[in-house]
Amino acid sequence: MNNMAEHQHAHVEHPDMYDPESSKIGMWLFIFTELLLFGGLFIVYSVYRYMNPDAFHLAAEELNTFIGAFNTVILLVSSMTIAMSTTALQKGHKKVAIALVVITFIIGIGFLVNKYFEWGIKFSHGIWPGSEQMLNEMSQGEILFFGLYFVMTGLHALHIIVGLIIMGFAIKGVANGKVNAKRPSLLDNCGLYWHLVDLIWIFLFPLFYLIH
Amino acid sequence: MSEDKHHHIVPYRLYVIVLVALLVLTFASIGITSIELGEFTVAAALLFAVVKSVLVLTYFMHLKYDKPYIKLMVAFVFAIFVVVIVITFLDYLYRV
Repeated sequence: MNNMAEHQHAHVEHPDMYDPESSKIGMWLFIFTELLLFGGLFIVYSVYRYMNPDAFHLAAEELNTFIGAFNTVILLVSSMTIAMSTTALQKGHKKVAIALVVITFIIGIGFLVNKYFEWGIKFSHGIWPGSEQMLNEMSQGEILFFGLYFVMTGLHALHIIVGLIIMGFAIKGVANGKVNAKRPSLLDNCGLYWHLVDLIWIFLFPLFYLIH
Repeated sequence: MSEDKHHHIVPYRLYVIVLVALLVLTFASIGITSIELGEFTVAAALLFAVVKSVLVLTYFMHLKYDKPYIKLMVAFVFAIFVVVIVITFLDYLYRV
């Protein structure tokens, strides 16, 4: 009895709920929902592509393979740098860990800047969802292609922004010592999320930019 | 059980090797889709994407060093996704 009271007291005094394994499972469960969200969109894409092969072929020519490839390369590099930051943290190299997350952050911003220019070129050509050019001059299949292009790359860009915010928290955590070699979950999960963003792009890139 | 808490530290070098492999696969997929392969273009592009994602999942996302049940969960979700795609296309391919 006494023991139990003492235990409860200790619990109130020091409510350390840190559990790396649960954190990891939680993150993976969240990632599964994301995979099914994008998975649904990929199914929509493949069905419409199957129904409008020529229009998709034609519309895809409009996309700039170079800018797509460039974004693929930098996103892969950023995935490596955030994976390395976990290694640095485990080795106790706090400054290296922070530097690697900051590099990842900068690359993420770079990705968005490229996306801004890429979308800007589309807008200057009169292509955006519901634009007159799209409604009047494009076939049904081309409208579907560009609709999916804007929704899927846009949703992906939104994930990049969320990833950047999580990185902000991870950098803060590592800097003030709350995230350390013994409690790396926040950085680990930040990395997992960023790799998910990378994983989705690995499929977006060939489907929109390469297949034509 | 408590031994599992000891994290496996992945060396930097392994991450660099994985990145190089991913970059090579990216350029290979750009190369192969620029050749006119007809129907096989989509298959080739997707095959490269699948290999790349397996590399990301295994090494970057640490699945190689995770417990078997986590690997199983991930495999299960991907299997569900593949089943949904197959069922969808069975529908569309055999519609009268």
